[in-house]
Amino acid sequence: MATSILIVDDSKLARIVVGKAVAAIHPDWERIEASSAAEALELLASRDVNVVIVDYNMPGQNGLEFAEELRRRRPELPIAVATANVQDEVIARARAANAAFVPKPISEATLRPFLEGVSLKLRPAS
Amino acid sequence: MNAPSVVLDDLERDAMTELVNIGVSRAAASLRTMVGQQVMLSVPSLEVVSRATAAVLVREREPDSLVVVRQDFTGAFYGQALLIFPETNSLELVRAVTGGLLSADEAAGMEDEALAETANVVLSNCLATLANMLERPLEMSLPQVMRGEAARLFDVSPSLAADAVVLFLYINFAIDDRNIRGYIAMLLDLPSLEALRSLIRSFISRIVGEGVPPP
Repeated sequence: MATSILIVDDSKLARIVVGKAVAAIHPDWERIEASSAAEALELLASRDVNVVIVDYNMPGQNGLEFAEELRRRRPELPIAVATANVQDEVIARARAANAAFVPKPISEATLRPFLEGVSLKLRPAS
Repeated sequence: MNAPSVVLDDLERDAMTELVNIGVSRAAASLRTMVGQQVMLSVPSLEVVSRATAAVLVREREPDSLVVVRQDFTGAFYGQALLIFPETNSLELVRAVTGGLLSADEAAGMEDEALAETANVVLSNCLATLANMLERPLEMSLPQVMRGEAARLFDVSPSLAADAVVLFLYINFAIDDRNIRGYIAMLLDLPSLEALRSLIRSFISRIVGEGVPPP
């Protein structure tokens, strides 16, 4: 089954940019989008995903709160928090939730380290 | 320059200019990544003026209708960060950041949302860099897109009198290949300036590595 990645961002432009970078690195991955944390949680109730990338600054639940909630439910799920808010405190809180931090603007270069780490983790032991 | 020395001495003003330079340079680098073209910056200007005068300063340079994307920030000091450009540049900026991703029609259909996200990346990078250097966290609001004349756009809160004095910082940016230009600006409410001043003095102490003589 194809690896699936959930992209959570209130900005459509940001979802397009992240989607394009993911497609460039892993063209075979299934990309799923949600425009809020609430929509993402609803989606996750009905289907599973392998990787999540979430924006920080969103209306409603922010990306860090979402990552923390998701981490409690899914201790092993690879999660990345993507934001231009590169404050030390934001990065520290993402790390405390065992989530990767990806600075915006997102590009293939900034996303690659996270996605390559994920590929290694998801590769079945042989 | 309208005597910021009233509230900041020379060394503090130098340090503030340098901090803003570093924050805005980071913001420009993020804009450069998004548009794929070089972004030129001017030297920052710092003025202590009323909101009404800040609006006049912008209107003198930009008499036509403007787009202002604004993010409020709060923390040890507080105010508004603004990305400002002539409304006639708006669609070109959206085309620049969506180039290769969307058709011209699709880009036009999501103009405000693309401007909000672009400004969010630019302004958040700038504010977060400032917060990191001053070692104090800042909370930032969601971006808000406004259109109109400078006077109306700078009157950002009905609770703030137009004659309330602010620290007004602004830098010109230009993307020459795209014929796009505008400003990255910050309005700092003066009651928070004293807090900012003490953070700047701490910043200077960390850099100089010794106590800074009192002003």
